[in-house]
Amino acid sequence: MSASDQDVAGVPEPAGMALPEVPMAPGRWADEVAFPPRDRYHELVAAYRADGFEQLSDLTAVDYLTHPGRSLPPGVVPERFEVVVTLLSLSKRRRVRVRVQVPADAPEVDTLWDLYPGAEAMEREVFDLFGVRFAGHPDLTRILMPEDWEGHPLRKDYGVGRVPVQFKEAPGPR
Amino acid sequence: MSEPANPPPDQPGVRRPERAAIAETSEGAQELAPRAATRPEELRREVGAVLRIPEGGTIDTGDIDVERTSDETMIINMGPQHPSTHGVLRLMLELDGETVLRTKPVIGYLHTGMEKTGEELTYVQGGTNVTRMDYLSPLTNELVFALATEALLGVEMPPRATWIRMLMSELQRVSSHLMWMATNGMDLGSTSMMIYGFREREMILAFYEKTTGLRMNHNYIRPGGVAADLPDGWEDDVAVICETILERTYEYDELLTGQPIFRERMDGVGNITAEEALALSVTGPILRSTGVAWDLRRTMPYLAYDELDFDVIVGTYGDNFDRYAIRLNEIRESIKLIRQIAERMPPGDYRVQDRKVTPPPRARIDESMEALIHHFKIFTEGFRVPEGEVYAAIESPRGEIGCYLVSDGTSKPYRMHIRGPSFVNLQAVPTLLRGGLIADAVAIISSVDPVMGEVDR
Repeated sequence: MSASDQDVAGVPEPAGMALPEVPMAPGRWADEVAFPPRDRYHELVAAYRADGFEQLSDLTAVDYLTHPGRSLPPGVVPERFEVVVTLLSLSKRRRVRVRVQVPADAPEVDTLWDLYPGAEAMEREVFDLFGVRFAGHPDLTRILMPEDWEGHPLRKDYGVGRVPVQFKEAPGPR
Repeated sequence: MSEPANPPPDQPGVRRPERAAIAETSEGAQELAPRAATRPEELRREVGAVLRIPEGGTIDTGDIDVERTSDETMIINMGPQHPSTHGVLRLMLELDGETVLRTKPVIGYLHTGMEKTGEELTYVQGGTNVTRMDYLSPLTNELVFALATEALLGVEMPPRATWIRMLMSELQRVSSHLMWMATNGMDLGSTSMMIYGFREREMILAFYEKTTGLRMNHNYIRPGGVAADLPDGWEDDVAVICETILERTYEYDELLTGQPIFRERMDGVGNITAEEALALSVTGPILRSTGVAWDLRRTMPYLAYDELDFDVIVGTYGDNFDRYAIRLNEIRESIKLIRQIAERMPPGDYRVQDRKVTPPPRARIDESMEALIHHFKIFTEGFRVPEGEVYAAIESPRGEIGCYLVSDGTSKPYRMHIRGPSFVNLQAVPTLLRGGLIADAVAIISSVDPVMGEVDR
């Protein structure tokens, strides 16, 4: 079946909902970027979902510890962590990116699992690698690292680590 | 595990490997817990009831069989070392007889911190890192990384670079789907299909070796273009590949598509609805098998896919057979695309002639001091990328592969995140397996086509 020049089949019509006012910025690669404060993050994503963004493409985080002076629209206070969510609208063929600032002393945001069940593994990954907690997540455990691992490897203050090269004659550490 | 009555005294220097090994293999809370030890919301997620939450706001607990006591069921472990889990995928399944009630994928056995490594490598070196993630379609990974970097750099590709990239990524789709046909055939007991799939894929790998120097992990598509021009006589090679593989897809039809045993294993097994697939962020052939015609090549075109003529293959029932048919027909569509690309391949540069991004030609280094400096700078320090962030997404054989790149203005990415389609698609496994038979689990895992290198990164 060819799908040229027609609407994407199988996608329900969006109900529509007023989007909360948050700072916005244009993004590259045909995106636009929203910067909600932390307490309106869930509300904004819920509004986007009602507005026809059917799928959560990606959820990740960035640790801006060593690069605090990034450019942000006026009114957005930079914090150490940033959770970055990419939403996709199949009906409008658009993407929107939501960047929410998360302070280092209380790294916690609301989960998106109740809106997009697909966020589950991605939030676990962000928790595992950045230590950002998601309030309301059903199973916030490590996903890539072992359960007893200490630290969150993608944080900027976590060293890269090296395995010492073992030469033939030298005894190994074990 | 029962303790021996009289454990032998520990001798100095002798370890007891059995006990130590068991303790180290446990993943603790990541594992599937018995029902009694599972919180209700987690249980609802595991039994696939999460989808009712966004709609109604309330959960009908009567609809979920949470009352089932755990002595009727058993939890078994499948993998991580299991020949049909396609790498180190570990599934924990709760079974009632032969019926799968709950499933939980436990992953991370192949985690090597590639996103962390990506922050330590320059943009020039970055391709060698990302290409190792999805090792069955390395060029797609390189392409998405290169596109993200170029979006930040703001460089415009020469047309030939764009078309070479398209040629290579379509060949990659054919080879990846052939590999899937092979392993899927093997999982279902069709050893001939395994041999056939590998045989045909070998033709494409040989062409890759001729063009890029390597069969896998090419680092061929780089920020700024591709590493080398196509070799002499590439048109003939590509024509032979297209002709042979297209002909052989009809042999696969004879071997598998109409075969009653194969159909028994595939028809109506592992169903998923469009709603569930969208909610679980599933993309690629699994999403298309539910009838959603979403292919980024068509719906959000990149490179020059909007100039080409091809069909988006969709299914109806969202079962194993639809996913098989989609992949088989996508091989044919990709061959159609490769033929169009080969016919219309424009002449010109295969990389952007910007000395700040791509190294100068070898001959210039002998003549020009400036060229030597550029060459040296690019390969030691790399090129600087303006500050900014971008999310680029393209259609890999497994679905949407995205690259979120943050630059702080230096020659290394500040953050490089790959949205792996396999990682996300793996979330659909509990939904696909639920209520099915344990014997179908192998067929269903295979139809999801996870590549663990990309899942764990």
